[in-house]
Amino acid sequence: MAFAVKKRSALYWRDTFQGYFFIMPVVLGLILFVFGPMVVSLYFSFTEYSVLQSPVFIGLRNYQDMFNRPQLRVLQSLWVTMSFALTSVPLTMAAALGAAVLLNQKLRGMRIFRTMLYIPTIVPAVATVFVWGWLLNPEKGLVNATLQWIGLPKYSWLSEPSTALPTLIILSLWGIGGTMVIFLAGLQGVPEVLYEAGRLDGANAGRLFWHITLPQITPTVFFVLITGLIGTFQYFVPAFILTRGGPLYATYFYNLNLYEKAFRWQFMGLASAMAWLMFAIILVLTLILFRSSDAWVYYEVKK
Amino acid sequence: MTTIHQSLPIATEQSAVRYARRRQVDRTLQAVIVYGILLATSFIFLLPFVWMILSSVKSAQEVAYFPPTIVPRQVLLSNFFDAWNYPNMQFSLWLWNTVYISGIVLVGVLLTSSLCAYGFARIEFPGRNFWFMATIASVMLPPQVTLIPLYVLFFKIGWLNTFHPLIIPAWFGGGALNIFLLRQFFAQIPTELEDAAYIDGASRLRIWWRIFVPLSLPALLTVAIFTFQANWNDFYGPLIYLTGREKYTLALGMNLFNSQFGAQVHYMMAIAFLMTLPMIVIFFVAQRYFIGGIVLSGVNR
Repeated sequence: MAFAVKKRSALYWRDTFQGYFFIMPVVLGLILFVFGPMVVSLYFSFTEYSVLQSPVFIGLRNYQDMFNRPQLRVLQSLWVTMSFALTSVPLTMAAALGAAVLLNQKLRGMRIFRTMLYIPTIVPAVATVFVWGWLLNPEKGLVNATLQWIGLPKYSWLSEPSTALPTLIILSLWGIGGTMVIFLAGLQGVPEVLYEAGRLDGANAGRLFWHITLPQITPTVFFVLITGLIGTFQYFVPAFILTRGGPLYATYFYNLNLYEKAFRWQFMGLASAMAWLMFAIILVLTLILFRSSDAWVYYEVKK
Repeated sequence: MTTIHQSLPIATEQSAVRYARRRQVDRTLQAVIVYGILLATSFIFLLPFVWMILSSVKSAQEVAYFPPTIVPRQVLLSNFFDAWNYPNMQFSLWLWNTVYISGIVLVGVLLTSSLCAYGFARIEFPGRNFWFMATIASVMLPPQVTLIPLYVLFFKIGWLNTFHPLIIPAWFGGGALNIFLLRQFFAQIPTELEDAAYIDGASRLRIWWRIFVPLSLPALLTVAIFTFQANWNDFYGPLIYLTGREKYTLALGMNLFNSQFGAQVHYMMAIAFLMTLPMIVIFFVAQRYFIGGIVLSGVNR
């Protein structure tokens, strides 16, 4: 390249022009709605800003405040989100995998069961949330009525600080539909030959699952794990509508906290800093998972 | 065959029969267990949905019974009409707003994501890999990072309480995952088709529109369904950008109804059902695109 100044052909320039013509929407979109705002957001995170007044540069104060001022509840909401992630993500993954294994049996009617287990996923989140609120109503709800009927004590579910978050974790089980379908596709990609070989060696169903199925679907597990963790940081609607973060901030999710800081209190600088902390945590978690993936994720073709 | 069979020692033959019989029993038992678990799980999974419907047709008195009646004593279909036309609520307007936003977003997403996907899949040009990687990487970025500058921008240019913040961004590429999905699909279309058209003097735009779009209708339909569903269900976006009641979407309207008349559970459940109904219909009509779409976006990476 340094010596031979190659004359680019007319074709080259035409392809370049046409290429950028086609991808123009996403190029503009990335600049206008991603890169540009990212830079501005990073700047905002070092300022005090309430939209109506100009931003005032305050250095790292927002970042210090997040850790040093418990009344902002940043760490508290981070803890709520992390404990939800550490329980709900493995729980839903296990349930989704279990359901997928059952649906993968060569039996009649599996498509109908797949549809039924998927249906809760297509109900709009807002509608779902109100139905749950009604089912779990301490005085009139069906759940407590059932408990009473079989002779168990009633629970307060979402209106009790100690049970509110566990309740939301249990409710997340109704959303396994998408994950289940992904796992099902992963299971169907496992070559039948491997099972035959295993059976010839006298392995039972449990060993087949542990030594063949699970290693074969680790790429799927990896993908689901990462998207699940990222998704937890977006958790909003149930906490916003059902519990309003309470009782006593027991369900004060990080995203809800960020929303309130920005749009209720107009702490735009602090909220930007919170968004960057969220991004940093997601990046670190993803990086750790990627680094560890060599040890436990199986790929057909080694690079 | 028969000679081999006859030559088998008696003991082996008996054990083979026993083995076959045992496998048969095992298999039946296994089927019973699988069906049992799936039936129980399906029942629990559908229970909220069924309870929503049962509650939505009960009378105001009956829905407040404790313990509740399972089968409604009186099926009041008029609840749907009464809830929808509740005084001070504007569900018809909110429905229109939701359809309007979802519809225009849909057109923008399909058009621009397939244009970009074609560019990434079929044209070689400097910087292509950079922009493609940037597109894919943007999936990792939590929307909250860009949320506040965008909010400030939309505030400054007077777009708050308009549909623009919810619509316009969709016309710029239509989402990284959609571009990715369509690019994968376009990459599988044989080049011969394209070359033939090329020789006939067709422009790339024409090739995209006449060859790639018609050939990838299943993929486009998948993108369309997920886009429509996401917009129909979206709560966060409208909550931030739409402040006036007359601009509300169904999701916001339902939340408003709850905050004012939430005690009327039968009406709440009726609205929840009406809001869910279109999604159920779309799901059953286009189930294979739902399932296929999840698999495409989930496994291909």
